[in-house]
Amino acid sequence: MRYLARRLGLFVVTLWAALTVNFIIPRVMPGNEAQAVLATFRGTVNPAALKALEIQFGTNVHQSVFASYFQYLGNCLTGHFGVTAQNVSVVSEIGSKLPWTLGLVGITTVIAFVIGTVAGAISAWRRGGRFDGIVPPSLFVLSTVPVFFVGLLLIYVFAVKLGWLPLEGNYSIGATPSFSASFIGDVLKHAILPGISLVVVTAGLWVYSMRNNMVTTISEDYVKMARAKGLKETRVMSGYAGRNAILPNLTGFAMQIGYVLGGSIAVEYLFSYPGLGYLFYTSTTDHDLPLMQGLFLFYTLAVLVCVLLADLFTAVLDPRMREA
Amino acid sequence: MAVTEALSEPPLEIEAAVARGRFLRAVMRNRKAVIGAIILFVMAFTAAFPGLIAPHSPTAALYGQNSPPSGSHLLGTTQLGQDVFSQLVWSTRLTLVVTLIVSAIATLISTVVGVTAAYLGGAADRVLTVITDIFLILPVLPLLILLATYLPPGPTSLVIVLCITSWAFQARQLRSQGLTVRNRDFLVAARARGERSFYIILVEIVPTMTSLLVASFLSLAVYVVGFAATLQFLGLGNSGELMWGTMLYNAQQASALEAGNAWWALAPGAAVALLGSGFALLNYAFDEIGNPALRPVRRRRKRRDRASA
Repeated sequence: MRYLARRLGLFVVTLWAALTVNFIIPRVMPGNEAQAVLATFRGTVNPAALKALEIQFGTNVHQSVFASYFQYLGNCLTGHFGVTAQNVSVVSEIGSKLPWTLGLVGITTVIAFVIGTVAGAISAWRRGGRFDGIVPPSLFVLSTVPVFFVGLLLIYVFAVKLGWLPLEGNYSIGATPSFSASFIGDVLKHAILPGISLVVVTAGLWVYSMRNNMVTTISEDYVKMARAKGLKETRVMSGYAGRNAILPNLTGFAMQIGYVLGGSIAVEYLFSYPGLGYLFYTSTTDHDLPLMQGLFLFYTLAVLVCVLLADLFTAVLDPRMREA
Repeated sequence: MAVTEALSEPPLEIEAAVARGRFLRAVMRNRKAVIGAIILFVMAFTAAFPGLIAPHSPTAALYGQNSPPSGSHLLGTTQLGQDVFSQLVWSTRLTLVVTLIVSAIATLISTVVGVTAAYLGGAADRVLTVITDIFLILPVLPLLILLATYLPPGPTSLVIVLCITSWAFQARQLRSQGLTVRNRDFLVAARARGERSFYIILVEIVPTMTSLLVASFLSLAVYVVGFAATLQFLGLGNSGELMWGTMLYNAQQASALEAGNAWWALAPGAAVALLGSGFALLNYAFDEIGNPALRPVRRRRKRRDRASA
């Protein structure tokens, strides 16, 4: 329990740090980007919201920095994350794009993690074999390739040259969203290329840590014991060696989520896939600072939730953690 | 005194030479290391002498627009009629320089933070560790984008934002390495001599970590290559600057893939991927040379197969 309490502490501290980063950046960065941007907000944004933004960005305020800081923290704690340049609340803007990113990134990350972990486990089990010689190095090299390059290649081959799959977007222009089979098929078709791009470059993130953990656990006495008992090889591999080897990988999983989310920004931009990543891209070109900062906070929160979930899983899988 | 020194010196030198020879042989025998080194050598040569390789000016818009690869334009031309191959060659320099500078500065930051935390211990360690953990969790690309928006686009801004965001992981590793040497005799001796912490960290601890520092530098380089290109690809660079990421941005803005010259986008993408893999291969080979447990064990298996056959 103390372990989880400590992780919960890190959760709160990191969230506070992200809020503070948001508060400090406009104040310490050279130039007056924030002032220029907020000037364009006058007229489109309602006065009360503008006042809150001015407190957040430190322009046109006549109070101490500390007073502004606490007012800003208070606004965030009560769920007021400001409004975008179009006078829409940042929260609802994020909420409207979230399902697309959650679907794309969530599913591809799970697939990539399973592929990476299983490949790592198998190659450790057959260490020195042909699988071990080919699969982990290939996945590892792929994981160092920028995701947009994989996306560019896939677009070029499958969308431009062969014309099998759509070039961009989340569903065909003119299609009306519904739960019909044809619409769902259309959505899946649009998700294939961005999804594969993400899986290809992220599966390798977990393969070597799993392989090397597994190499260590295989030589443990309890694995020898399980074999001596005459258990089936698959049972020994998954239940004895694998279960213990996957623990550090779960923490690794959470740590890489930030990287995966970063990759999703590039992929959504490349495929004009209207999720959070594409929203982030358009907010940078529009210089919509409140939306950008809201998205940064949201991404941080997403990573933190994943870290916490990984910790919970670790505690479930490893009784020692519950005691510590 | 002078006599004993003179006597003891040659064997030490020989020992070092033997160790160096062994290391070089290990590198030469490792296929990953050789491939990685070749890639980096070619890149470095291109960066140093782009004029020897590139047939045309990288910026002069003198040729047909959006033409596909041909004899005089190996990778075709851009929307403005510039030679893509020459642009690719000339862009190597700034891309490589930014990567090396950021990796060096970030390694320095992570060393200072990690080793100081490990050596000082107590409250200082806890504070530095929490800061490191926070930077480890904050999602890198969103933070990069946020920082880059406030700075004028260009290589200097790129170096600054990448340095701020990329040091944390290595700092953590260097801290745990620092903890393992913390109570060794030579440090106890240094403290007993009354040396200052600054001296002990710099002269006594850091040299014991040389191999880890090299590994940190290489794995940082892998990430920096990718992140720098991604940031520029998203339009947060200076599109007039000759770098692979800005080539990608310009190509994407001109829809090069559909406009007839796909190589304008694919070539800089491939170059980024190649440079990243070069650093990654070298890094992984370093791991293998330093940690025999990770080396391939294929040879032994073959022999056993033959024995059983």
